[in-house]
Amino acid sequence: MYIIIVGGGKIGYFLARQLLEDQHEVLIVEQNAEKAAQIAEDLGEIVMLGDGCEAATMERAGMGRSDMAIALTGDDEDNLVVCQVAKHKFNVPHTIARINNPKNERIFKMLGIDATISSTGVILAHIEQELPSHPMIPLMTLKGGGLEIVEVKIPPDAPVVGKPVKDILLPQKSLITLIVGSDGQARLPTGDTQIQAGDEVVAVTMLDSEDALRSALVGEPAPRPY
Amino acid sequence: MRVIIMGCGRRGSTLAAMLDAEGHDVTVLDVDAAAFSFLPDDFGGTEIVGNGADEDSLRCAGIEQADAFVSTTRGDNRNVMAAQMAKHIFNVPRVITLVHDPIREEMYRSLGLRTVSPTLIVAHSLKEALLAEESALGGGVGGVEAAEGGNGG
Repeated sequence: MYIIIVGGGKIGYFLARQLLEDQHEVLIVEQNAEKAAQIAEDLGEIVMLGDGCEAATMERAGMGRSDMAIALTGDDEDNLVVCQVAKHKFNVPHTIARINNPKNERIFKMLGIDATISSTGVILAHIEQELPSHPMIPLMTLKGGGLEIVEVKIPPDAPVVGKPVKDILLPQKSLITLIVGSDGQARLPTGDTQIQAGDEVVAVTMLDSEDALRSALVGEPAPRPY
Repeated sequence: MRVIIMGCGRRGSTLAAMLDAEGHDVTVLDVDAAAFSFLPDDFGGTEIVGNGADEDSLRCAGIEQADAFVSTTRGDNRNVMAAQMAKHIFNVPRVITLVHDPIREEMYRSLGLRTVSPTLIVAHSLKEALLAEESALGGGVGGVEAAEGGNGG
């Protein structure tokens, strides 16, 4: 795939490195000359210097033939516009926007952005997961049909520990797609796969079934001990 | 008419003063309180410090009751994000936004925003002025090819 990343900060850099390893064609658009030079030195000539919000820059970057545009700048309004111009001007099939201010998540959805990743939200959720009553991390929201991908860490006292996947009563339109064991091994679950304490379960669910899914996997939230 | 104007630079403040003088209920929104010094001393509207591309600031400025919203900052992206929020989320009946980049201007116009392009307007005015000067000087024809657009204003 040809993937254009707008914004060569830390996330853009590491994402590009990963995508290159996965044999994708990648271009980072970065407007800071110093950052662009650094990326070029580390990753090769995969950087274009310019304002990725300018349609003229996108044109030069070959946005018209790209399969995906990912906007990762620190400004939500820039990320919104990158995705909208990519989608409506250049007909890019997939656009993903980073959201810095979690308040904007709902707004981006209403304005038609395919997929959003709230970096602040993800970090908050990871920290919150360390607290007893927040075992679920939203990983990604998909626009179509109000679906979302979440990660749930299974505590030792969860009702599903030791149960096979087929015996877990999930809310409608929810699906367990991946189980990462506490050893770090990822398994594609079948109906007979047993859930263990410490597993990280990745599931697809409806936005409004989030709480029901949480209850099904980890039980009702315990009152906080403080 | 209850109007919210985002951005109190030269353009936003001039528009705000004009509408206020005509008796409209005007609220200006700017991230920098110092910008309100552009407003005339007898300005009777409301001044609010806040980012127009932020949902809560818009609410604070009374977007839910507004009849019109105009974004006038120098940042195209901020302008179009705020304008889309006003139009699609708060259902403000009249929404107008400045977009300096002609390509983005055309695109957002085709997506249904009412846009104004300072770049094209200024370029056309400059070209007309040049042609007028030229004909006043008695004549070379076609000496002016195009006027250069920019982001200033």
